[in-house]
Amino acid sequence: MSVITPPGQAPDQQVVADAPPSDSYLKRLGNLQSVWILGVLLLIILAFSLAAGDKFLSTSNFSLISQNIAVWAVLGVGMTFVIITSGIDLSIGSVLVFSSVVAAKVMAASGGDSWGVAGLGILAAIASGVAWGVLNGFLVAKAKIPALIVTLGSLSIALGLAQVLTGGIDIRSVPEALTDFNTYVRILGVPALPFVALVVVVIGGIVLHKTKFGRYTYAIGSNELGARRVGINVDRHLIMVYALSGAMAGLGAVLALAQFGTTTIAGQSLTNLNVIAAVVIGGTSIFGGQGSIFGTVVGLFIPAVLQAGFVIIGVEAFWQGVAVGTVLVAAVYVDQSRRAAALRGASAPNPLLAMFRTRK
Amino acid sequence: MAVRPLLEVRGVDKSFGAVQVLRDVAMNVFPGEVTALVGDNGAGKSTLVKCISGIYPIDAGQVVFDGRPVTVSSPKDAAALGIEVVYQDLALCDNLDIVSNMFLGREKRSGIALDEATMEQMAHRTLASLSVRSVSLRQPAASLSGGERQTIAIAKAVLWNSRVVILDEPTAALGVAQTAQVLELVRRLADNGLGVVLISHNMNDVFAVSDRITALYLGRTAAQVRTSEVTHSQVVELITVGYTGSIGLLPDPGSYEGMGGRS
Ligand SMILES: Nc1ncnc2c1ncn2[C@@H]1O[C@H](COP(=O)(O)OP(=O)(O)O)[C@@H](O)[C@H]1O
Ligand SMILES: [Mg+2]
Repeated sequence: MSVITPPGQAPDQQVVADAPPSDSYLKRLGNLQSVWILGVLLLIILAFSLAAGDKFLSTSNFSLISQNIAVWAVLGVGMTFVIITSGIDLSIGSVLVFSSVVAAKVMAASGGDSWGVAGLGILAAIASGVAWGVLNGFLVAKAKIPALIVTLGSLSIALGLAQVLTGGIDIRSVPEALTDFNTYVRILGVPALPFVALVVVVIGGIVLHKTKFGRYTYAIGSNELGARRVGINVDRHLIMVYALSGAMAGLGAVLALAQFGTTTIAGQSLTNLNVIAAVVIGGTSIFGGQGSIFGTVVGLFIPAVLQAGFVIIGVEAFWQGVAVGTVLVAAVYVDQSRRAAALRGASAPNPLLAMFRTRK
Repeated sequence: MAVRPLLEVRGVDKSFGAVQVLRDVAMNVFPGEVTALVGDNGAGKSTLVKCISGIYPIDAGQVVFDGRPVTVSSPKDAAALGIEVVYQDLALCDNLDIVSNMFLGREKRSGIALDEATMEQMAHRTLASLSVRSVSLRQPAASLSGGERQTIAIAKAVLWNSRVVILDEPTAALGVAQTAQVLELVRRLADNGLGVVLISHNMNDVFAVSDRITALYLGRTAAQVRTSEVTHSQVVELITVGYTGSIGLLPDPGSYEGMGGRS
């Protein structure tokens, strides 16, 4: 209850804070970069569909695309949290490699192809990922070393240790339970790996957008000092966020083992950059305080769809890099312009929103 | 009638390393009154506020709240007592909307999920009671004007039923109209029985709304006086040299440095 009772209120003073929710919701939605980047994705899909027809617009094609981004989607959930705190985690690819090596070793040591063995491996992978994440988070939050440096260091260390553990040779003994899970299992018609990724994405989205944990993640990225002033334990929260990113790398390791049936020691050197690009394309701001899991998923689909589309219409796959790089820079440019406009107090001109307005 | 202070600061010392910023500082804040905390730049006003609100630990002295000595070791402790601080560098999160900012750190939940509907309702009621105009509850703090930001920060105090509100230079960056609005809010907080501390450099503001004045001079309390008992120029003297007439930190007779300030 408020202690203030308005004295002698003029009638015109009560124009409080009551904008029709539909309007403000639409406006908020239209202001989200993830929404117009979804438009870009749909345009790309439309273009390829026109060019290649059913060959592109087939279930099998999209099934393949979703297979290809499943691991990155899981990593992207952790990365979205990290970047919203205005941090960065360059170590995810290496942590994935390290965790998959640890998991593979644990599973090889216990021997067998059962889910029991696989379960041990899953636990080992996630525990290893969390350990790396806690280490990253501790160095960022407590030792105050810039996240870029901390995670560049752990990128190098985790990969180095994975190579030490294996002599640089991939471990190819993965329990059949895992590989079969990838090859044969479908859940509600969705292949297993994308399904797992979807579950992780949905949970990640709920945590980010609907819980205190998510709210504090935004608050810290938006105004770390302000967050401290209201009594949020910023250090602990940062450690948890990096631990989450590590855990996702651990889970990603399991999915990668299931997908490829082997560790991928030499295969993850660009994973971090690809995931970061997707997160940023999806509207999560590298300045912190802003972003969404939904945007990250859209940001992952754009390169994957481009790649699949180029293959189908017979354009050399090299063009994918050119296209993705262009989208990345354009996305950040638009994001910055919007920000500048918002700071000037003007509501940012927004094509989507304008469309909705004129329709009304 | 003799009213007990709601908040008493007694003999507080605070050093940062070798630099002693606060020395034996005293301040009393009474319910239903605006206490202006004045002092030159660097006098230690903001530091005193941060000591009260648990951001900095104090080296010596006591904070007494409602007659009880209290230890405030974090902003959460201060909030739990009912002390709300509006910081000089407005600590709103630009990317969060008004509701989220007002509840930051004290969110309402249902289960594990945030209870947005309840928070929105409570924020709405609070802002309505302050007759705050022209803001949408879901607009991000970044889009607010300076005056609106101050208002939202002050509204937090109302929302949380605070008993003491401390405002660190709330009008420093505001235009004339917005300043008047904020001062009017400050006055209303006090009229509703809260103890209000207003830090300000502006003598007009101080004399417009305050009941008492506490002057800091180089980290020491120069004087605690009733606003009605002093003039503008006396307060300016307290701020600039630490004393005026027989009030204040009278210069050590042995030192001519102190005397030199008077003409
Ligand atoms: N965290 C800190 N570390 C070291 N010195 C500080 C710190 N905060 C304030 N100071 C010093 O304490 C003195 C008082 O500062 P402050 O309380 O901000 O003054 P005011 O708000 O009255 O202008 C200044 O000399 C300032 O440099
Ligand atoms: Mg100050």
